[in-house]
Amino acid sequence: MSATTTSAATAAPDFEAVIGLEVHCQLRTASKMFSAAPTHFGAAPNSQTDPVVLGLPGALPVVNRQAIEFALRIGVATRSKIRARSRFARKHYFYPDLPKGYQISQYDEPLCEHGLVQFVLDGQPREARLTRIHLEEDAGKNTHLPGRATSLVDLNRAGVPLIEIVGEPDLRSAAEAGAYLRALRQLVRWLEISDGNMEEGSLRADANVSIRPRGQSALGTKTELKNINSFKFVEKAIEHEIARQIDVVTSGGRVVQETRSWDAERGTSFSMRSKEQAHDYRYFPDPDLPPVVVSPDWIARVTSALPELPAQRRTRFVEALGLPAHDAEVLTGERALADWYEAAVAAPSKADPRKLSSWVQSELLRVVKDTPLAECPIKPDMLAELVALIDAGTISGKIAKDLFARMLQSGERPKVIVDREGLTQVSDTSAIEAAARAIIEAKPKEAAAYKAGKQQMLGFFVGQTIKAMGGKANPQLVNDILKKLLES
Amino acid sequence: MSAASTGTGTTDPTTMSALALARAVRQRELSAREVTTAHLARIAAFDKGERGLNAFLRTDEAGALAAADAVDAKVARGEDPGVLAGVPVGLKDLFVTENLETTCASKILQGWIPPYDGTAVARLRAAGAIIVGKLNMDEFAMGSSNENSAFGPCRNPWDPTRVTGGSSGGSAAAVAAGFCPITLGTDTGGSIRQPAALTGVLGIKPTYGRVSRYGVVAFASSLDQVGPFAGCVEDLALALEVISGHDPLDATSIVEAPSALGPALAAGGRPQGLAGLTVGLPREYFIPGTDAEVDAAVRAAIRELESAGARVIDVSLPHTPHALATYYLIAPAECSSNLARFDGVRYGRRVQPPGGDLAAMYQATREAGFGDEVKRRIMLGTYALRSGYYDAYYRKAQQVRTLIADDFRKVFASCDAVATPTSPTAAFKIGEKTADPVQMYLADVFTLSCNLAGLPGMSIPCGFTRAGLPIGLQLMGRPLGEAALFQLAAAYAARTDHARRRPTLALEAA
Amino acid sequence: MAITRDEVKEIAELARLSLSDEEVTRFTGQLGSILEHIDALSALDTTGIEPTTHAVPMDCPLREDVAGAALPAERALAAAPVRSGDFFEVPKFVSGS
Repeated sequence: MSATTTSAATAAPDFEAVIGLEVHCQLRTASKMFSAAPTHFGAAPNSQTDPVVLGLPGALPVVNRQAIEFALRIGVATRSKIRARSRFARKHYFYPDLPKGYQISQYDEPLCEHGLVQFVLDGQPREARLTRIHLEEDAGKNTHLPGRATSLVDLNRAGVPLIEIVGEPDLRSAAEAGAYLRALRQLVRWLEISDGNMEEGSLRADANVSIRPRGQSALGTKTELKNINSFKFVEKAIEHEIARQIDVVTSGGRVVQETRSWDAERGTSFSMRSKEQAHDYRYFPDPDLPPVVVSPDWIARVTSALPELPAQRRTRFVEALGLPAHDAEVLTGERALADWYEAAVAAPSKADPRKLSSWVQSELLRVVKDTPLAECPIKPDMLAELVALIDAGTISGKIAKDLFARMLQSGERPKVIVDREGLTQVSDTSAIEAAARAIIEAKPKEAAAYKAGKQQMLGFFVGQTIKAMGGKANPQLVNDILKKLLES
Repeated sequence: MSAASTGTGTTDPTTMSALALARAVRQRELSAREVTTAHLARIAAFDKGERGLNAFLRTDEAGALAAADAVDAKVARGEDPGVLAGVPVGLKDLFVTENLETTCASKILQGWIPPYDGTAVARLRAAGAIIVGKLNMDEFAMGSSNENSAFGPCRNPWDPTRVTGGSSGGSAAAVAAGFCPITLGTDTGGSIRQPAALTGVLGIKPTYGRVSRYGVVAFASSLDQVGPFAGCVEDLALALEVISGHDPLDATSIVEAPSALGPALAAGGRPQGLAGLTVGLPREYFIPGTDAEVDAAVRAAIRELESAGARVIDVSLPHTPHALATYYLIAPAECSSNLARFDGVRYGRRVQPPGGDLAAMYQATREAGFGDEVKRRIMLGTYALRSGYYDAYYRKAQQVRTLIADDFRKVFASCDAVATPTSPTAAFKIGEKTADPVQMYLADVFTLSCNLAGLPGMSIPCGFTRAGLPIGLQLMGRPLGEAALFQLAAAYAARTDHARRRPTLALEAA
Repeated sequence: MAITRDEVKEIAELARLSLSDEEVTRFTGQLGSILEHIDALSALDTTGIEPTTHAVPMDCPLREDVAGAALPAERALAAAPVRSGDFFEVPKFVSGS
């Protein structure tokens, strides 16, 4: 990715990209935006509908309170201005996956406006402004089968609550857009309002991209890039579009305002110019839905229930726990992970936060790659106990790693295993001395070599002694005693 | 007629009120089956065929008889069969009925068998009413004469060469003709009150939000309201009480419980039953364009109210002249949106030109499926909602709507109801106004404001022209002020017999 | 404001109606005379007047997020003019390009 960035930048160093993302995010409610129909993903075709979802004549919408609550959560988290009376409007276009011939959305009176998204790029904190966050209903799915003159329509997805997060054109590179989108995904998961799964379509991004000569403040003509449905392709698609526009301009052409669709397989985009584009959405306030009133009290309740947000938590991990910035970023990638880590820090064992951080990153994350953290048999206080045992010299690092594997299997606390199996390090100097003497006597040649100045032979004796003691000897003590015996 | 021989007593069930029928069924004087059979027979005799009225688009004999048997079984078991036990009820064909075809009198929806019941229908069934069939109407409720039905106009029982009014023409005619004592209609700009006036029955459009719109095919969502037709004020009250009340499935449904209408009926029925009530006469509704016979009958009715104790005062609703233009922006705009769902994908008819793509299917389906008036209003509404035109048209109309509603608010500070003619003329000839949409729209000139302001409005029979055509008096009240209208109607009914007159149907005469 | 034939055609396209020539002519005349009536509104000063979107003012009621029963697919699809298995079937959208 960075290679592409460089090539585009070196090919035409005079241009700067201006990017704004429109992100659609499905809310994880049990029922649909405007009716009680269920929302199971992956259900049999057309099995998640009711008269409202099907747009049957006579059916009427009723707003899902939880969807408003979820939208308020991200509104407050992005420090948006919440509208006390927001309104639903109808947006009209004909398409088979849109049952009523209009989508119920919000137009000039959205729920949230003027928010801010914080994200990190190359270790540097950044911010991008939000124009608005509004609520709407999702459409169904149209499947075009190759070689057939017809398409198939499944309305299971129709009516699933969506928020549309419209960003200001504050992003200046594909990498920045990627980081912004990842931060949004992290946020919606953090707030537990969406699973943020791009591959399953619960998070979808369209990008408005334009270029302008560096230093110019007026915006260039933008294109809208659609169908970017995987994190893998976000940066690639935007990068490609920036390069395409630079090509057009440097070869004397003009960028045409149009919608382009990203073709991930071919790694290119194509124009969606068609009759469908001649839209006039004919917005007007939905007469079926009075204004949605959000009381200051409701906003206060949402605000006080809001968890500490990723950016704040990152800062606190660095400042209060002394973690390196990178560690803090990894540990705040998911709220569950950050919570897990903090529970370990807070456990009675009082383990060192930095050592805990490296154990979480090197060992824990390796084993919970494909399973939810909550299902991991090792609980935060167990890891804390393990790290504390190392710190106290009770067990060696090597034994700790074995123990970790066994805790993972049995779910037993480390102390229980250590006590039962006598894994405590031997720190009894007389026992170590006896073992060391026996080894030195058994290896006179090596002992002589050491005495003759071959210092590295000490490691050999340490290894042999620890091995003789079943791996439980305190390495530092073994080291000290051997030195004393060999040098006497 | 043969229907008269059914029943246990001497009374023909088709001449009885809903209240009397329900009482007879509950007291086992009549079975629900007998009542239903008698009404179905009358419909078969006078509604079908070349010379029939064409009030019903379809009857549901099997469903009706099964429902009647269920009521009779309940009565036999000693259970409460409901306040409308065994009462035959007809529904305008835009009430969604589970397993019973619902077309809105449109070709585009022909053959649609809904998988659900609307709220008002469910409440009727729960009260023991027998749904006998679906009634003719102007296609998608757009019209003032019932001539815009894809299945032919409904004839006026008082003169089959004349219109019933509309759009709920079938609902009005069915009550007038004795096909059923209660029917439901909807009123977006006068679609209950105007046909009630033209057929000599009572009809009420309640306060917007009083009756759930869930399961009622939408024409103009911010104006549409469900209401009953009946042959007497007591039946009208009974039907309204059954279908009223909050519905969580309609976000515009009023939460506040409706007031009981019994006390209002009782009060109105007493001598000087209107003492303490003030009735306003808005000068903008008494204008030269109104037919002289209509004007005279309405003024006579108002004198009658006065003699029952009402204080009558002159008032003004100055923005009334703008109601028509306001209505003809708002209603078409909302209709163009509401009718976008008829696209030949999920239900209804599809027309697929050979080799055509999706756009061709949409266009052919909608072109063939919608009638002229519906297309005209979709076009008008689409025009008004276009980007760049919205402020000048739709938004402007909604602002004028505020002015019209404010007029009423001011007037209702000093009176409990206003009285006006329902329609400027009695029933006109079939075909008389079909060529000129604007002339047709003028038929609703007295009824539109009530919808724009969301107020309750009632039409009651108040006399006849020399040619024997019914004339209606319109009463409009405060938001949620239905009780005052019933009190006025009860007082008027106690002093006159216009509402009791019934037409002689062609075959009866023969 | 008079409406032109071209506008009538444009609006018909937006509303997905394929009007015949005769209909275009008729609607141009009829819509023109209706709009003439409607244009009288523009003379009315409505500065500062709030538009009425709901005749009976109320706040939007909110529904608790409880999933109910879905309509069985067979019932959802029962009225489809054309279906293929458990899907609604439609002609393909042929794009202009």
